Amino acid sequence: MSRRYDSRTTIFSPEGRLYQVEYAMEAIGNAGSAIGILSKDGVVLVGEKKVTSKLLQTSSSTEKMYKIDDHVACAVAGIMSDANILINTARVQAQRYTYAYQEPMPVEQLVQSLCDTKQGYTQFGGLRPFGVSFLFAGWDKNFGFQLYMSDPSGNYGGWKAGAIGANNQAAQSILKQDYKDDITREEAVQLALKVLSKTMDSTSLTSEKLELAEVFLSPSGKVKYEVCSPDALNKLLVKFGVTQPATDTA
Amino acid sequence: MECVFGLVGNGFAIVVADTSAVHSILVHKSNEDKIMLLDSHKLIAASGEPGDRVQFTEYIQKNVALYHFRNGIPLTTAAAANFTRGELATALRKNPYFVNVLLAGYDKETGPSLYYIDYIATMHKVDKGAFGYGSYFSLAMMDRHYHSGMTVEEAIDLVDKCIMEIRSRLVVAPPNFVIKIVDKEGARQYAWRESVKDAPVPAA
Repeated sequence: MSRRYDSRTTIFSPEGRLYQVEYAMEAIGNAGSAIGILSKDGVVLVGEKKVTSKLLQTSSSTEKMYKIDDHVACAVAGIMSDANILINTARVQAQRYTYAYQEPMPVEQLVQSLCDTKQGYTQFGGLRPFGVSFLFAGWDKNFGFQLYMSDPSGNYGGWKAGAIGANNQAAQSILKQDYKDDITREEAVQLALKVLSKTMDSTSLTSEKLELAEVFLSPSGKVKYEVCSPDALNKLLVKFGVTQPATDTA
Repeated sequence: MECVFGLVGNGFAIVVADTSAVHSILVHKSNEDKIMLLDSHKLIAASGEPGDRVQFTEYIQKNVALYHFRNGIPLTTAAAANFTRGELATALRKNPYFVNVLLAGYDKETGPSLYYIDYIATMHKVDKGAFGYGSYFSLAMMDRHYHSGMTVEEAIDLVDKCIMEIRSRLVVAPPNFVIKIVDKEGARQYAWRESVKDAPVPAA
């Protein structure tokens, strides 16, 4: 029945659905998960890496986390090549704003601008939607620390905690139970790692399979975005009792 | 012979503009308000080509309002000033606006500020500034009497001194001036200084 309404993004089905947008979200449901948690003194992003190999050059590239501007970063879930295009678009939009106003772009405006781009692909042009969901983490002087989630439809929302990618519903429900409003950044890291360890399929949790990034204010008041090093991440995993002994694979 | 000048005081900024609308040797009217309210806490005093002056300041005013509607928060004075400068700069090598602007504003976090933006998109953040032939006299008076942290009374006194100099020393001096102020309560008209009264014209 829906076969007739699948192939073009720009038509509704008789039931009022946009199948291409939904299929894009399906694609993301198979991708590595990411979790974001908003705390009093920062935003925490944790991602599950699907590409793990000793041969991967981990020092220079990240798979899940990207810096958009000095005060905004994002975690991605979905088709990586699509994500790269959108990340570049977001970076250009942020710089264009700063060029016009000589101030950092407010986080929500950046998210909204990117989502307006994504919406265009669901309404005209005949091109498929982007198969990416984002978790945006940032700070601005109007609303402090913020976390936003967006999906291929171009919808976005501000969240205290959110999950995208594989098993995101399970992760979201655990977050709902365990999140408290006055959580600190360290507690947020612990919660994020705990939730990810429960929802990830893999048998052992090591720093190879994870990426952790935090957005916070340095003592001088500048916004900092830091990706946790693998050694520090390993220590955290042990400290929070979340790592399981890794079975040696050939 | 348009005169526009302004200064920053203790928790406020004042801008003054002459109010003659002149075409060659004819004075159309002597009560033309050249200081526009950009938003609740910003003033833009403009001088230059009359058509450009109104067109450009209204364009900036509407864009500032649009930003507020779209994003739920107002632009800071610095952001508005940089936006204004950007528009002048973009138009400069195609279709320049012959308009000089003094942009004054009050922000809760940073207090009062004044921006000098000339028609070729030079921008400076200043404590005192002026445009036009009157600037020769008003800048000199302000250089002599200005100090930071002036009260409103002291600032108005200085403004009156400047107007006196312009009236007595500039060959085709404009007779009337309007004074507007912006502080934490907002932007509003402070006073007129009239030496020639026009019949009141209803606003368009």
